[in-house]
Amino acid sequence: MRLLLVDDENEFVTTLAERLVIRGFEVDYATKAVDALDLAEKNRYDLVVLDMKMPGTSGLELKYMLEQIRPNMKYIFLTGHGSEEDYVAGSQQATHYLVKPVNISILISKINEAVDTHE
Amino acid sequence: MSILIQFKPDFLQAVPTSDGPYRHSFNFRSIWKKAILIALLVSLCPLIFITIIDYKFTQNSIQSENLLRTQQVGSNARRSISFFLSERLSALSFIVRDNSIEELKDPEKLKGILQNLMASFNGFVDLGLIDQNGVQLNYVGPYQLEGKDYSNQAWFQQVKDKNFSISEVFVGFRNVPHLILAAKYVMPDGSFFILRTAIDSARFDDFLGNLHLNGRGDAFLINKSGIIQTPTLYHGNLFEQFPFAVPTYSINTEIREEIDKAGNEVIICSAFIPESPYILIIVKQKDELMKPWRATRIKLIGFLVISISLILLVIFGIVTNMVNNMYLLDQRRLSSVHKMEYSNKLASIGRLSAGVAHEINNPLAIINEKAGLIKDILSYSETPGQNPRVIELIDSVLSSVERCGTITKRLLGFARHMDSTFETINLPNVIHDVLGFLHKEAEYRDIVITTDFADDIPEFKSDRGKLQQIFLNIINNAFSAMKTAGRLNIVIRHHSDDNTIVATITDNGCGISEGDMGKIFEPFFSTKTRQGGTGLGLSITYGLAMELGGKVNVTSKLGEGTSFFITLPINPPQQKTEK
Repeated sequence: MRLLLVDDENEFVTTLAERLVIRGFEVDYATKAVDALDLAEKNRYDLVVLDMKMPGTSGLELKYMLEQIRPNMKYIFLTGHGSEEDYVAGSQQATHYLVKPVNISILISKINEAVDTHE
Repeated sequence: MSILIQFKPDFLQAVPTSDGPYRHSFNFRSIWKKAILIALLVSLCPLIFITIIDYKFTQNSIQSENLLRTQQVGSNARRSISFFLSERLSALSFIVRDNSIEELKDPEKLKGILQNLMASFNGFVDLGLIDQNGVQLNYVGPYQLEGKDYSNQAWFQQVKDKNFSISEVFVGFRNVPHLILAAKYVMPDGSFFILRTAIDSARFDDFLGNLHLNGRGDAFLINKSGIIQTPTLYHGNLFEQFPFAVPTYSINTEIREEIDKAGNEVIICSAFIPESPYILIIVKQKDELMKPWRATRIKLIGFLVISISLILLVIFGIVTNMVNNMYLLDQRRLSSVHKMEYSNKLASIGRLSAGVAHEINNPLAIINEKAGLIKDILSYSETPGQNPRVIELIDSVLSSVERCGTITKRLLGFARHMDSTFETINLPNVIHDVLGFLHKEAEYRDIVITTDFADDIPEFKSDRGKLQQIFLNIINNAFSAMKTAGRLNIVIRHHSDDNTIVATITDNGCGISEGDMGKIFEPFFSTKTRQGGTGLGLSITYGLAMELGGKVNVTSKLGEGTSFFITLPINPPQQKTEK
């Protein structure tokens, strides 16, 4: 399963990517929206884990742009923010809306669940 | 006393509190006093002023009317007495001119004349012919008065000078009060003779007695020396001295006021009878005369008292009602303002919590992932379990991160529900969330919290944020009421008969006094003003419960504890609670 991680926190995204790789996932990551779009154009991903708040482009906007490039990808929002608006919008737009910090096993189960549901 | 307190308006029952941001901007007690004072001044001053004027005017009118009436009676009586005397004197003058002395010396002739006089006029008693020496030459009448010498009597001296005479009342030879009328005829040789008649003074008594005087009136004659000439009712006997000053001569009927010996005010009307020694006197008791005025005065004072009472009643009623309504409106205004402030404050706290949680969550997530990666590296390495102590430490880090995450997620959960939205609620979960914030404080203060949630509590539609505020306020209140080692018990039951859920929160704190029980849900009522209490917590809690279609009841015993009962409907009236 190939995943794309998008989060402006480099430390977080690299570590999480490494942990997912250890668990057998193919993982690319980006810390900027433009890099994420670039990667999505070049590769096909089963699921995108992305932050809600990023400098310049919000998670929702990036999801919309990624959908234009790859319409069939699944999305999980993983964010440290939990405002009412984000929660409502995020939980409607993505398969799951998770708040940091999240246990890796829970994240993996949500990833599997999202991909399996889609298939 | 308790009945009086029941009718005591709210603003007078309000306990004055120290100055602070949530106090009233108006002193309603002072406004009430000023309004009543001004209303009383404006309404009572003109009324009292007009009443005093009317009082004086009526009093003067009645007094003037009495004086005038007495004066009129006096004038009429004077004319009548004067006419009585002059009529008889004229008859006497006619006879003395129409008859010669020889004819008058004839007893039969004189007797015939007397009979004619008595038939034409009343009052004639006898008739006598007197020579110029005062000796009675001829006499007809009931007494034996022939040959009597009148030369020493005053009337004889007067008739010699004036051709006629009206005497004062005297007893004379016959020992009966009478008065003498005499007319003189001067003959051509210069000698004269006098025709004299006695008039029964009782005729005056009858006449004066028939005047029908009101006010204990007394009418009688006195002479110019003040000797009483006719009987009086209250002012002395015949020939006694008149008890007041003899009036000075006046052609008119005079009236004056004096004080009698008993100290009573009297009105004295006096009139000099022309060509006679008599003064007509009418004495009336002023007190008696003013009786009609006293009746009017009682009515006037009664009207004034009733009017003032009604005005006082109406002013007190209206002003008190208006000020009380103003007070209640002000209470409502202040309550709304502070409720809004409170909501804004909560919303700000919510936003702040969300921001803090977000800021903490990101570094927590990095710690979580880094520690997780270390554990992964050790766990997935080719030589696993080389250092179990390291794995244990990493698990401890991950566990602590998870605890922090739970706290920040709970904060986010609270912040997320500050806005009013209806959603499916599991009440035990809501209470668990609230207790999650308070369990540390409970631990520090050694407060034991026990819960008893029935298994059949159904989920229902309600506003999570409002429910959180309700339970947070009440549990916080319970914590404030308890010292260390307190006990807080929370019970939730489903009442299927009226389809409600009742949460009972019982503490063993200080309790609420009976006097305070009726006020605890009023805005700004607080027993913790000195500790910074605003007195809005329970008021807002009550308002929130009402908004959700529920209610809050309370029972308490001073020194033993308090129970709050929060009743929530399974099917709330959504149109009232949803924005």
